[in-house]
Amino acid sequence: MKWARMAAIGFLVLVSAVCLLAEFVAPAPYAHQFRDVPNAAPSRQHLLGTDDLGRDRLSRLLYGTRVSLFLAPAAALLSSLLAVLIGGTAGFVGGWVERCVMAAADLFLSLPWLFLLITVRALLPLNVSPFTSVVITFALLGCLGWAGAARVICADARTLCSSDFVLLARASGNGGFRLLWRHILPNLKPVLYAQFWISIPVFILTEANLGILGLGVAEPLPSWGSLLRELENFSAFSAQPWQFVPLILLVVVVSCFHLALQKQELSA
Amino acid sequence: MRKLIKHVARIVTVLLLGGFLGATLVRLAPGFGVDEQELDSRLNHESIQALRRSRASDGSLAEYYFHYLNRLLHGDLGTSRTLQQPVRQLLAERFPETLESVGLGLALGWTLGLALAIAPVMSRSWCVDLLTSLLAGVLLCFPAAVLALLFVIAHAPARLVLGLIVFPEVFRYARNLLEHSASLPHVLTARAKGLGGFRVLLWHILPVAAPQLLALAGVSVSLAFAAAIPVEALCDLPGIGQLAWKAALGRDLELLVNLTMIVTMVTLVANTAADLITNPLRRSAA
Repeated sequence: MKWARMAAIGFLVLVSAVCLLAEFVAPAPYAHQFRDVPNAAPSRQHLLGTDDLGRDRLSRLLYGTRVSLFLAPAAALLSSLLAVLIGGTAGFVGGWVERCVMAAADLFLSLPWLFLLITVRALLPLNVSPFTSVVITFALLGCLGWAGAARVICADARTLCSSDFVLLARASGNGGFRLLWRHILPNLKPVLYAQFWISIPVFILTEANLGILGLGVAEPLPSWGSLLRELENFSAFSAQPWQFVPLILLVVVVSCFHLALQKQELSA
Repeated sequence: MRKLIKHVARIVTVLLLGGFLGATLVRLAPGFGVDEQELDSRLNHESIQALRRSRASDGSLAEYYFHYLNRLLHGDLGTSRTLQQPVRQLLAERFPETLESVGLGLALGWTLGLALAIAPVMSRSWCVDLLTSLLAGVLLCFPAAVLALLFVIAHAPARLVLGLIVFPEVFRYARNLLEHSASLPHVLTARAKGLGGFRVLLWHILPVAAPQLLALAGVSVSLAFAAAIPVEALCDLPGIGQLAWKAALGRDLELLVNLTMIVTMVTLVANTAADLITNPLRRSAA
């Protein structure tokens, strides 16, 4: 399945590149309203038509994909760093620190993910600027998604601490921070990579769920969640099948992440 | 018995800690202690002072948590700010709806997941394996809210959505487990001795995989409850998922924290039950 993995990575690179160049590729800014043509069908000017406010759907898709595709990895990076900091330290120190950290991780894992997320999201102001809403949404994902990864990293750090090469390093006079920095953390990299890659599609899907529920990125800034929210107004009578393009892209991108991470998972 | 007591103690500790965490978050949230009623121009100075005095008892975090726990122990879960109804009454009305949806979703998800996981292992056909993996893989890439919306568009029964969310998770895990169990030496020996496929599955493959599958059953309860939020909110099912969504939009934090704690308790009980059943099974398998 090497070719499938390569194709998935190629597709992800292509989509990322196109979204990165959204300013040049998109026919119009994402918030620009063509008030004469609301709900327009696809045409040469608007390849995916316009939404009910007259905004070009293709432009919104490109900018929205950029928001979701670049901030989900940022959130995944944040959660992986928190996991390595908390789990790695707990595994390295051991004893009551490890027990306390694992109890905290258990507590986080016992709370159903979406319940916890919307509870914490509701604690923060809902009427905020689009930029603030993006930061809040993805920072929350990053801050609340550490528990599962921390458990894995803690167990791995514990195994590493009792391995021969760490014992040898200890016997050679290495200790404390140096042991952690030079010998344990580099060996946690494969697990960390795997956790990072696993988190990305999870965060993309969670952002989409939050967006559809109106608790994600605020208008007029698009994201996959807010783009998919349009499907709420879909009806078979005024069928506009091009409304499904964001959904198809989301499914393909998430599938590509699953295909791409298989090898990382195995090597971890 | 000792194991049961240990599990109950763990649940109580997690709930107390979770309650404290929830109370802390509510207490520290922007807007705590501010009441829109104070802006009502019809209220005189005394009424506003009375409103402020009624909130003064929750001055510090410790006091707030103490009052919260005290109310909780007396069965008073507070009043929903947005719906102006006691939380207990709201839960009594809506919990059965969610339990029914979650129960049906779990039954459907597990039936489909296990059946489609067993099919490629027993048939040993790459075609069946590819088709079932593809189906589960595609469903895994759909956000729960989108599946709910698609069911609304198609006028399909909304309760089935939860089954489609649970199914790929069960399938993925069960398939790997059964595949591993089917490749164990004792299974190969049984096959070589001429035992039928059904008998091999029932007597030699499933007992080995059963403890882990039961552990997954506990986890799938949490998954189904979490997915109930978008499904009930978008399909207009009056359960606690929809209640949680309304509470989040209205920033009804007390209601949200109570809901989260109750769902956490249900999932913890499910995990504990799975754990208690799994341990004897593991011992007998060993």
